[in-house]
Amino acid sequence: KSTLVIAEHNNEKLGPITLSAVTAAKKLGNDDISILVAGSNVSKVAEEAAKVANIKRVIIADSDVLKTQLPERVCDLVVASQNQFKFTHILAGATSFGRSLVPRVAAKLSVSPITEVIAVQSEDTFVRPTYAGNAISKIKSKAPVKLLTVRGTAFEQAAATGGSGKGEQAPKADINTDVSEFVGQELSKSDRPDLQSAKIIVSGGRALKSADNFKILYDLADKLGAAVGASRAAVDAGYCPNDMQIGQTGKIVAPELYIAIGISGAIQHVAGMKDSKVIVAINKDKDCPIFQIADFGLVGDLFKVVPELTEAIKK
Amino acid sequence: MRVLVGVKRVIDFAVKVRVKPDKTSVVTDNVPHSMNPFDEIALEEAVKLKEANHAKEIVAFSLGPAKNQEILRTALAKGADKAIHLEVDDATYQKVEPFHVAQAIAKLAKDEKFDLVFLGKQAIDDDANQTGQLVAGFLNWPQATFASKVETEGTSHLKVTREIDGGLETIKVKLPAVLTADLRLNEPRYATLPNIMKAKKKPIDKKTPKDLGLDLTSQTEVLEVSEPPTRKGGEFVEDVPTLVKKLKEKGAL
Repeated sequence: KSTLVIAEHNNEKLGPITLSAVTAAKKLGNDDISILVAGSNVSKVAEEAAKVANIKRVIIADSDVLKTQLPERVCDLVVASQNQFKFTHILAGATSFGRSLVPRVAAKLSVSPITEVIAVQSEDTFVRPTYAGNAISKIKSKAPVKLLTVRGTAFEQAAATGGSGKGEQAPKADINTDVSEFVGQELSKSDRPDLQSAKIIVSGGRALKSADNFKILYDLADKLGAAVGASRAAVDAGYCPNDMQIGQTGKIVAPELYIAIGISGAIQHVAGMKDSKVIVAINKDKDCPIFQIADFGLVGDLFKVVPELTEAIKK
Repeated sequence: MRVLVGVKRVIDFAVKVRVKPDKTSVVTDNVPHSMNPFDEIALEEAVKLKEANHAKEIVAFSLGPAKNQEILRTALAKGADKAIHLEVDDATYQKVEPFHVAQAIAKLAKDEKFDLVFLGKQAIDDDANQTGQLVAGFLNWPQATFASKVETEGTSHLKVTREIDGGLETIKVKLPAVLTADLRLNEPRYATLPNIMKAKKKPIDKKTPKDLGLDLTSQTEVLEVSEPPTRKGGEFVEDVPTLVKKLKEKGAL
């Protein structure tokens, strides 16, 4: 039995979700874990990957055509690697990269994938949420190769050091570069930590009433060293960009502390944050559902409470 | 360009789903159903492509029991030209995986020479987020998932802006291709009464798994469906100083 973890990276650094995927891989009970690093000028990423605890092998595919890691191209490499190494399990993080890639690979291998896994029960039995987290399914896979995407919030990150994986060139793949082309990227620039790795998240809803008013959240976040998220209602109202959205249709997060401000707690939002360790809710309506899941609720006018909180933390 | 749009019948998004006491699935009897919201967005974008004379024909496809005809009629009322219903009985449908749906769509797309397969990025029942990518893999077509903007580039390419974790990404894909719609792509229109009446006359072509040579052998088995662990509400605090104090006690600050 052996497992392949597909690394997520930006050609410079290994993404933290990869470490979560390694933990999930370890839970499958296989000791033979490889990481595939596909990209351009990835020697640094490959070195990082080799040091991850419990890694046996780093399969390296370094090529210009892999620079932007389009799924069509990486898919062909994963399939070529699978043909050579015959893994029993192939994993990636449930991120926009992993979500795009894994089912495509699954089709090529004629396998039914299992996505958004939140627990590994055995080598063939997995747990995943459905209906925005309102039902939890335990699924047994009979597929000859198990293809999974795993949620970063459900698996601790594996130790980034201690391993000594041996590097190996990826097998040659016949990559078709004609069908898709990378045009550009517009990444949100921020000095704050990103939502997926932040220890504290401050999140705002429609009650903020405008994009400008989000400033009071940014001030609080900067005091706390926190990331800033938003409910779908706030995104739909145009107060902030979609990459800040937390919920069933946005990002799934589970920080140490989640501060929901002016968020009512619609099912679809709760699906994205209910696994946070401590939840604080600030809302003027004491009957809104967010208070039912909050460890600490504060009923009040957010425009008064939030600056007060920022001030209190300064001290 | 001919566009094949996949539409799934799901429990309406406004319904709070309940797990059956025997833990085999969720309660679906006497529960309102509707078209998967992401599929509605995919359909709307296809209709827009047709209105801009980029698409010639839109065919809506659904796999499922007889009741799926309702959402195919809705798709026809919203602008699809015709519909294909791959009918299976309830018991069979329980065991259908995104893998099988994708195989059916891929077969149709190939046999009937579609140029574009357009689906929602995920269905709000299984939240699997697989079907589009699987179709693209089966057909070896390029894919543009999580689309928030679609533009034509001549008759051979589409330029697609995608929602990714850190922001937006723009790619170009060569037709034929598979697209999946994200939330912000558009706001679907409502079906008007005259269009609902007209839709009654549009054709729904019925097919069986056998017609498409579809093998519905399961690769997965649902062992149990359960309620998520409920999170207990905590306490209300009076003011900011109390909140800060409590958070410090808990080690959260």
